[in-house]
Amino acid sequence: MTGWLLAAPAVAVMALGFMLPVLVLARISLNRTDDLGAMQPDLGLATYDKLLSDPFTTELSISTLGLAAGSAALAVALALPVALTIRAAPPRWRGPLALAAVAPLLVSGTARVIGWLAILGDEGLINMLLGALGLPEQRLINNWTGVRIGLTESLMPYAVLVLLAGLGRLDPRLDEAAATLGAGRTRTFLRVTLPLAAPALAAAFALTLVLGISAFITPRLMGGGRVFVVATEIFDLALETVDWPAAAALAMLLLLALGALLALRSALPERGR
Amino acid sequence: MSGQAGPRRPGPVMRLVAAAGYTLLLSPVVVVAAVSFSSGAFLSFPPPGLSTRWYAALFGNPEIMAALATSAMLASLVSMLALLIGLPAAYAIARLSFPGRRLLADLLAAPLLLPTLVLGLALLIALQPLKLVATWPGLVLAHCTLAVPFAVRIMTTAIAAVPPELESAARTLGASPLRAALRVTLPLAAPGLMAAAALAFLVSFDETVISLFLVGPRLTTLPVELFRYAENRTDPLVAALAMLLIAIALAVVLLVERMAGLTRTLSRD
Repeated sequence: MTGWLLAAPAVAVMALGFMLPVLVLARISLNRTDDLGAMQPDLGLATYDKLLSDPFTTELSISTLGLAAGSAALAVALALPVALTIRAAPPRWRGPLALAAVAPLLVSGTARVIGWLAILGDEGLINMLLGALGLPEQRLINNWTGVRIGLTESLMPYAVLVLLAGLGRLDPRLDEAAATLGAGRTRTFLRVTLPLAAPALAAAFALTLVLGISAFITPRLMGGGRVFVVATEIFDLALETVDWPAAAALAMLLLLALGALLALRSALPERGR
Repeated sequence: MSGQAGPRRPGPVMRLVAAAGYTLLLSPVVVVAAVSFSSGAFLSFPPPGLSTRWYAALFGNPEIMAALATSAMLASLVSMLALLIGLPAAYAIARLSFPGRRLLADLLAAPLLLPTLVLGLALLIALQPLKLVATWPGLVLAHCTLAVPFAVRIMTTAIAAVPPELESAARTLGASPLRAALRVTLPLAAPGLMAAAALAFLVSFDETVISLFLVGPRLTTLPVELFRYAENRTDPLVAALAMLLIAIALAVVLLVERMAGLTRTLSRD
């Protein structure tokens, strides 16, 4: 019992800051909002009913999943060459290269979005280059394009971390063996590296997908208030419409969806995890 | 085609894609740094000229300076609390065997599994009736909910890495369990504890989403100011503000790296 006694202060923080709030969230989602927008105590699924029968919720879910899946896939696809480069680098370069790839995690997400605004904005680098080439200006922020680019970048460091951990277990001599047996680079990559990296790629995709589905800062700021995903909708319902039952119910549905994804992943057979 | 030791060097295509990946990863930070020294009035890149006018505007902005003071104080407080609260829990998980030890470890990791948006909303709804929204206790509790799990995780690893025989030896020589833990294990785990405190500081100092739900007009943090500013206006002041946030985070990382080897401590687990 000494163990729990020592941990009592930490458990108290978890109880007050995590368990109680999540229970209250679940409870409030069972209330309903009347026609005047006031919260009415209730113990039913009226708010869930309203959300699930609203076509906007379906639209939100599809666009959120599409955004997250696309950005996660692209982030993993770009992270694989980065991770392979780090792995094959001379030992003294490995540390700095890995640090450069995960350094963005130490930089606030908002700060990185501001960098993207300066690169992709109307006065930004890309449009300046396009203008210099005599090409028409492109709208790259305040729309889905900007959100996709920003989200891909923000998910990449996580993908690199998972891939580095996963690829670290592969035997580098297999590459060599393939080369000795006469396989070219492309063939080695497609027939040896890629199949061996598959579990790590799946793990990286699963993590970045989950993070992408609940991402808020990037869709909000890169979307300029014109891109709607589940996360931005929860935020608006909570702080702008102040419809707490709806915000809570949508948050519970988000948790349910994330839980289902995690359950699906652990149900899939997998080698080498 | 030469058979060289170690993984084969990636081919030109692979290296090109890797270079594109690094460009995507690093360009926003580089560009923010450049734009923060812009002499222009917009977030244009390349900047029309260089100046420190936006830093002058930043340090002359009373609201931003107030938010900076709040964030620094909040992060220091949270870091200290995370260390004090997390240390006994980490010791228990690393060293003692008791019923429910696994459950305790899981409980102390659980808040990190929740999207911060959901945790922020839950905290808002739970703390509003208690009149704790936009108050110091509310913000400290919210930030500790994230910082304690991080701190416990790092400290558990650090304490577990100290050979338990040293503590047993001290006990054999007549030290009480408390004295043995405090005088033998704790000093040896000190680098890890410092890394935990630093990470707790960073978690609090950079925390944006949960704070967005819990700040008020008179009590706001630096990341929230940055977020709100970026939502409404796009002049280079926002880049200077972002640099301020990055610089402080970097200073903490470097300080701990020099004192304790943060990267070593973090990568050990």
